[in-house]
Amino acid sequence: MTSLSTVRGLQTPEGVPIQLELASVGDRLVAAMLDIFLMNMLGIFLFILVILTGGRGRLQLASAVLLVVFFVVRDFPIFELRWRGQTPGKRATRIRVISRTGGALTARSAVARNVLRELELFQPLAILTAPAALAAGFPPWLGLVAGLWVVAFAALPLVNRDHLRAGDLVAGTLVVRAPPMLLLDDLGAAPGRSALQFRVDQLDIYGAYELQTLEAVLRLGNTLDNGPALTAVAEQIQKRIGWAPGTERVGPYEFLSTFYAAQRARLEQRLLLGERRERKRVAAAVPGDPPASTGTRK
Amino acid sequence: MSGELRMPSVRFRKEREASWRELEGLVDRVQRIGLRSLSAEELGRLPVLYRAALSSLSVARAIALDAALLAYLNALAARAHVVLHGGREPFSVAFRRFWAETFPRAVRSLGRHTLVAVLLTVLGVGVAWRELARDPARFSDYVPPAYAQGRGPEATDDDLRQVLQAKETPRSALIQFSSILFTHNATIGLASLGFGFAAGVPTAYLMLVNGLILGAFSWLYGARGMGWEFWAWTLPHGVTEIWALLLCAAAGLRMGQALVFPGRQSRLVSLQRAGDTAGVVALGAVAMFLVAGLIEGIFRQTVGAPAVRWSVAGGTFLLWSTYFLFAGRRR
Repeated sequence: MTSLSTVRGLQTPEGVPIQLELASVGDRLVAAMLDIFLMNMLGIFLFILVILTGGRGRLQLASAVLLVVFFVVRDFPIFELRWRGQTPGKRATRIRVISRTGGALTARSAVARNVLRELELFQPLAILTAPAALAAGFPPWLGLVAGLWVVAFAALPLVNRDHLRAGDLVAGTLVVRAPPMLLLDDLGAAPGRSALQFRVDQLDIYGAYELQTLEAVLRLGNTLDNGPALTAVAEQIQKRIGWAPGTERVGPYEFLSTFYAAQRARLEQRLLLGERRERKRVAAAVPGDPPASTGTRK
Repeated sequence: MSGELRMPSVRFRKEREASWRELEGLVDRVQRIGLRSLSAEELGRLPVLYRAALSSLSVARAIALDAALLAYLNALAARAHVVLHGGREPFSVAFRRFWAETFPRAVRSLGRHTLVAVLLTVLGVGVAWRELARDPARFSDYVPPAYAQGRGPEATDDDLRQVLQAKETPRSALIQFSSILFTHNATIGLASLGFGFAAGVPTAYLMLVNGLILGAFSWLYGARGMGWEFWAWTLPHGVTEIWALLLCAAAGLRMGQALVFPGRQSRLVSLQRAGDTAGVVALGAVAMFLVAGLIEGIFRQTVGAPAVRWSVAGGTFLLWSTYFLFAGRRR
């Protein structure tokens, strides 16, 4: 999991919240550039195709096709609607447009989102490149204003929490990463644990947060690279729970995976009883548990 | 060791994993190939498996501490959610409903904003008439040279009349002309809609400028005694085109209003509602621009009889006003 600041909850119509990671601004930029590139390629391809069919007035017909295709592709979210919130560029960068309210992405919000790009990008660019074509006597400094305009709207996703651009604000949409579906092995069911036994008081020190941190360390595997980390974590835990090495000698990985299983079993059983402990106790002897440890109290 | 038995999540996963894997396979296929790749039976299983996955997710959140399991179930539910709720109505149904209900209703909800757009345009026309009556040389201040194409106070009567007449033109040129007009007008319409986001100010400005241009041309032809001919030339497509532009501007103004004066709703919610209407109006208006482009590019260039021109103008006006006033009303 990545940092919490980029994760957003989405309420499904069924009432179960799903967590989604926001798409990064970089991914979105790449996606937009890819789409614009593909759009141009498509236009050029069709243009050449119509011209190659030959005949009188083909050039005029070809430019008509080019104009309409450009307009339709630029302003209409055909792909977003057919591909459930993705365009070719978004598919390549594995991001997706969704509705902020958790329902379906409707045609109207997809259209509104797209149309706003006229304001954010296309029109100011037109002013920037050819001001005289739009209105008589547009002063040259208007180009500067248009440039600042583009920059201001481009900066909008950088300054708000959800990376919303103007189109997202209006359409009520959000761009998120399409999460990879990968089910890792269950460490709790993994073989290769030793017969070490832990006392209940040794298992009542840590909470869910520490357990999942330990999980992350274990998932890196019992490799040479991971060796120092495993040793350090094992020593830390042994010190904290007052572990007295008995007759059996075990390596750090074996110790940690056994401790993980025992700790998870203990915490999950407490969960079943409705007691959830998020973090470890700061100090056992302090009267009145610190607020970080909720629930469990002996 | 009895670790597995004491870990509820291990058993939980063992019991349910098969159904998650099945859903994963279906979702993967829908996203890669499409909904059609599923058999009728699989299609029926999809919502069942989805709900099972959601329930697994909420159970796992309550009983499991395996971070990898929670991440997987969350991702699975998110993907399946997009597949099940990202779906659309069949195109024909959505299309019919849009024209029969959604679009005319959205237009009716914009009554006041449309009025403001009309008033701004009329103001532009009035200013142009008044100022040009005083000083015809100001014509070029109101009409960009790209629009004027030689029409102006210094052009001869013959030149001006020439523009208004029907001509022999090859078909491919007509199609090209129509597509230029359509994309140009639709882009202006969508821009004036989008510009509404900037508190509506650029939209209001565009309406004024549009009024100035219309006023300048009608003054020019009126001053040469060709006023009726000018309107007969403009209105057959102008009714549809200007109407569509006014609707775009109205939706833009509504968006600006939603941003500046959100009222009792939060700014985000009020903007979203305005955006909803804006999306509908944008879709409808673009279709109107297409109709206007065809009338302007083909009909106007080929049919010159004033009676026909006037009846098309009157006919389109009657059609659109009946449609917007009465279509999709709840009985």
